[in-house]
Amino acid sequence: MELKSKHILGIRDMSAEDIIHILNTTKEMKKIVLSDKKRVPYLQGKTVVTLFYENSTRTRLSFELAAKYMGANAANISASGSSVAKGETLIDTGRTIDVMGTDIIVIRHSMSGAPHLLSKNISASVINAGDGMNEHPTQALLDMFTIYEKRGSLEGMRIAIVGDIYHSRVARSNIWGMTKLGAEVCIAGPRTLMPKEIEKTGAKVFDSIQEAIIDADVVMSLRIQLERQKSGLFPSPREYSKFFGLDEKRVKLAKPDVLIMHPGPVNKGLEISSAVAEGDKSVIDEQVTNGVAVRMALLYLLTGGKEIADIN
Amino acid sequence: MRILIKNGIIVNAEQKMETTQDILIDNNKIIKINSTIDEQVELVIDAEGKYVLPGLVDAHCHLREPGYEYKEDIESGTRSAAAGGFTSIACMPNTKPVVDNQAIVKFIIDKARNEGYVNVYPIGAITKGLEGKELAEIGELKFAGAVAISDDGKPVQNASLMKKAMQYASMFDITVISHCEDMDLLDGGTMNEGYQATTMGLRGIPAIAEEVMVSRELLLAEYLNAGVHIAHISTERSVDLIRHAKKRGVKVTCETCPHYFTLTESACEGFNTFAKMNPPLRIQKDVDAILEGIKDGTIDIIATDHAPHHIDEKNVEFELAANGIVGFETAFALSYTYLVKTGVITIEQLVNKMSLKPSKILGLNKGVIQEGRVADITIVDINKKYTVDIEKFKSKSKNSPFGGFELYGTIEYTIVNGKLIVRDGIFM
Repeated sequence: MELKSKHILGIRDMSAEDIIHILNTTKEMKKIVLSDKKRVPYLQGKTVVTLFYENSTRTRLSFELAAKYMGANAANISASGSSVAKGETLIDTGRTIDVMGTDIIVIRHSMSGAPHLLSKNISASVINAGDGMNEHPTQALLDMFTIYEKRGSLEGMRIAIVGDIYHSRVARSNIWGMTKLGAEVCIAGPRTLMPKEIEKTGAKVFDSIQEAIIDADVVMSLRIQLERQKSGLFPSPREYSKFFGLDEKRVKLAKPDVLIMHPGPVNKGLEISSAVAEGDKSVIDEQVTNGVAVRMALLYLLTGGKEIADIN
Repeated sequence: MRILIKNGIIVNAEQKMETTQDILIDNNKIIKINSTIDEQVELVIDAEGKYVLPGLVDAHCHLREPGYEYKEDIESGTRSAAAGGFTSIACMPNTKPVVDNQAIVKFIIDKARNEGYVNVYPIGAITKGLEGKELAEIGELKFAGAVAISDDGKPVQNASLMKKAMQYASMFDITVISHCEDMDLLDGGTMNEGYQATTMGLRGIPAIAEEVMVSRELLLAEYLNAGVHIAHISTERSVDLIRHAKKRGVKVTCETCPHYFTLTESACEGFNTFAKMNPPLRIQKDVDAILEGIKDGTIDIIATDHAPHHIDEKNVEFELAANGIVGFETAFALSYTYLVKTGVITIEQLVNKMSLKPSKILGLNKGVIQEGRVADITIVDINKKYTVDIEKFKSKSKNSPFGGFELYGTIEYTIVNGKLIVRDGIFM
């Protein structure tokens, strides 16, 4: 089975069938990540370039490792050390990378739609590694994989996402994907950080964290950025933590076997307490491991990879 | 040159003639209108089956000269206007330098006289440099030839300064045009606030960013008993606010643009920067309210907000893309197709909104086909269907979301000051 699209721009336009196909491929890739010999020839001769206009630790490194574990040539460019700093446009930078023989460009950009623009102007495949407030499809795929691997399905799961939904591309991608896979997505956060008409996506909106996480199978806490407070979206970190912070007391409202997730980096003591982030219900570290496997699966599938069983 | 227009149906804002008429133009004037005129002339135009309208008048466009000639200049902009059936246009002052002094007003008037194809009327700035801090020399602007003042694109945020501008301008009887937008409520938005923006991860521009300032201008105008013209309204509540103000007797007029009654925010899907404009495309209930406002007369005129941009300013990230679209060359056909053909208004009412009324708002003596008047005439074929091809635009820029639209109402002839500019749909 081949993916329907040449690019991975978002989960919004991805079919449930493609998502499941990616998750199943990820399962195979995870074996490689956890093995002693992290070297397979699936991407031999292919070139992957990461083009990051924003800072990143997890996403960027996991793409690089994913490419290297599969034998690809991997290179990276960041905005600060390239011609971008000289004012080169996205399209010009993208074309330059494209004509050097690149197969896949992985882009992170502060503006929504930047990967879409790039994809229309170059011949390589484009993977969106986070665009503005729009989507972070590979993060959502690794989040969904984490649940899928543990529970076998997302169908009927109650998943709470808590925090700054407005600015969160992680929330948007997860809402699209999780609802496609049959989960009930409950979101909570200050009203000032809730996007207009978000309920039309199928997500249920709550004003209180308690209501959102009651009986939840999964609770995902989102990073709250302190600069949002300066623009008047919430009064203080202290008040935010009081009303929307995820602590042990609140976790008890969820199902006993709840999975606690966070896309990182974590502000411990603000959106989530240390005890919860590091507690036995937390799968935050596993999310990071799965991130490498998901990105391997995507690079593999985009370069024409067949069902893993076929090549083994 | 003498031109004889034969067998056309003359449509004025007051009435559409029941029988075909001939129009004789000598030099720059209409000298005779009669059911049959037989004279030896240099050029006979067969207008059989076509509508003969007073030349269209646009109260809101951007010609980009001086300063942004790579987008448009007076020559190309007036060519585009003529191709769209416009014979008189008023251009906004957000050029570089800004039209905030009499020298720039005179530069535009002179340049248009020498290179332009249609009548060009500059609009001066309300504040120096469009900075919203100090009043421009409004009296001098008026006497140099500015027909209105506006800080279009960079609206005056300070209510007290706007009050003074309206008060001062009323002394010179010069129209104040307000682009209504509260920049604090805009808050970095790039498209309409709502579900579409939410799904694309773009910051929304709430309708209240427009409406709060519409309210402010209406209250100021009422308080001062001065006039104000509200530019490009796009929301349901703006229509309501103006409708109620008019009932109270507030001296307000307003405009909308074809894109606000033909498109919704969904045109932005796929990060389509050709659908990025300010105010942004709204939702269906707003489109319906705009149509209602056009129908009941709340909305006085249709303006183009012709805003050409270079492709490099549109083929970029949505948030970085310039606002606006090429307006002249689709305005009539869009208005005819979506307003007259659908029965929202009559062709006479459309002529009022696209010719006579804008002329009155700007204090021009235009918009009527009558013996003795200057011969500004547009002949249209309302039965001819065509597909919009943006590559064929006469404007230097091609940024329009209407490519591929099938519309009725082609511009067959444009006559400006008795001179034939467009003939058989072809620019001369």
